[in-house]
Amino acid sequence: MSSNSDSNDVLVRIRDLHFSRGDRKIFNGVDLDIHRGKVTAIMGPSGTGKTTLLKLIGGQLKPDQGSIQVNGLEVPRLKLSKLYELRKRIGMLFQSGALLTDINVFDNVAFPIREHTNMPPAMVRDMVLMKLESVGLRNARDLMPSELSGGMARRVALARAIALDPMMILYDEPFTGQDPISMGVLVQLIRLLNDALGLTSVVVSHDVQETATIADDIYVLSEGKVVGHGTPQQLAETDSDWVKQFMQGLADGPVPFHYPGTQYADDLLAGSEQGGVA
Amino acid sequence: MIGTIRKLGRWGLGGFERLGRGHIFLFHVLMGIPSVIVRFGLLVQQMLSVGVLSLLIIVVSGLFVGMVLGLQGYNTLVDFGAEQSLGVVVALSLVRELGPVVASLLFAGRAGSALTAEIGLMKSTEQLSGMEMMAVDPVKRVIAPRFLAGFISLPLLATIFSAVGVIGGYFVGVGLLGVDDGAFWSQMQAKVDFSEDIMNGVIKSIVFGFVVTWIAVFEGYDCIPTSEGVSRATTRTVVHSALAILSLDFVLTALMFGNI
Repeated sequence: MSSNSDSNDVLVRIRDLHFSRGDRKIFNGVDLDIHRGKVTAIMGPSGTGKTTLLKLIGGQLKPDQGSIQVNGLEVPRLKLSKLYELRKRIGMLFQSGALLTDINVFDNVAFPIREHTNMPPAMVRDMVLMKLESVGLRNARDLMPSELSGGMARRVALARAIALDPMMILYDEPFTGQDPISMGVLVQLIRLLNDALGLTSVVVSHDVQETATIADDIYVLSEGKVVGHGTPQQLAETDSDWVKQFMQGLADGPVPFHYPGTQYADDLLAGSEQGGVA
Repeated sequence: MIGTIRKLGRWGLGGFERLGRGHIFLFHVLMGIPSVIVRFGLLVQQMLSVGVLSLLIIVVSGLFVGMVLGLQGYNTLVDFGAEQSLGVVVALSLVRELGPVVASLLFAGRAGSALTAEIGLMKSTEQLSGMEMMAVDPVKRVIAPRFLAGFISLPLLATIFSAVGVIGGYFVGVGLLGVDDGAFWSQMQAKVDFSEDIMNGVIKSIVFGFVVTWIAVFEGYDCIPTSEGVSRATTRTVVHSALAILSLDFVLTALMFGNI
């Protein structure tokens, strides 16, 4: 998978990742590499632990076993102060946007700058306006988060995520619940910002078409393992029935349409037998 | 039978685990207090929403409680010809007990529940997670200023409650029922001791302020991040705070005035 890739080229290296919630195994030996400067998509059906993977990369969760290296640092073993230093260089776009609801758009974008730098107010203002301009919302700076549409909220969150010029941005389901225009804007922004700012982007999503248009590399997860990996083109031509079903959105296949259990005929016969007894 | 014992055991262990989490959380909050002092603006902002905005309910309630004390006290004292002592009865009832206890109960209902709901909603809308990912410690940035604001505000609110209550008692006793003005104030001045009565009342309100705000911020931070979880946490804040206030009041009263 990554044996031929240059180790300096890899920003996030995950090896033999195991993680459970209670009795439920979320990851069971996941290996993946995220390359610098690339847009890498992590895809898979709901409940496969895509968001959990982002939280593990960001150090918000600790794995049961395995290694997660970001920029050469072993994230689960970092002290809190070192972890916070690393997080200053990672932006994260939450599914909900996670904007602070009691302050306006400007202050939301200014929040990480004010928290981590001693810039004078005039410089903070310029920086915030530059970030908002890049997502097309400079003139929405006085709006409160409650006045924003879902797509606008995510763009503001994106401006906030790039406020400190990070090396990597983690996107958690950026396209969910978006209308076609907002989705198109977000798709373009992710690719554009990645290339213009020299970022590394990790997009967690189950929106196959949109993600495939901007991803350089795709990992498909299922039942705690990587079941497919490659460029969008390679995955479109895959032999794997499972990946084919997921990428083409087929109703039946390795993931059955019917919830597993007794056979239909057996169920009907059992009903008629009960009726006979009664 | 075994099932019931097992449930009881699980419930007990869960309770102890939560208690432990609450103490570790408190330790982190206390560690965050110096950063709040450095950023004084955060504290002022929270004192406005936690303290100043609670003033209305405290002042109005204090006034009515004082007026009722004036009425009830007069009706009892007049039978013994001791109605001139009304000022003492009203003031001692307020500064020793009703001021700290009722103000704390009102504070738990007004500000405590609001703190829990606010922090709980911040958690359920991933705002706290978002801060963590922006390398901002939410305990220092969000929780510690609220904790300190509640801890400082409650003793001040309890003092205001007692002061307004005395004025309420004065209106009813002197203004309506004809108790002598001079006797009302002079007996109060003679019999209410600063360190014995007033300071003990202040100590009570400081303890209640600590406990109520701790419960409120912990319940919000520890809640299940769903609407039902936030709703339950808010209810727990009010119930646990009320129980803590009343039980601690007994302990403190016994230590201060019970000659134990």
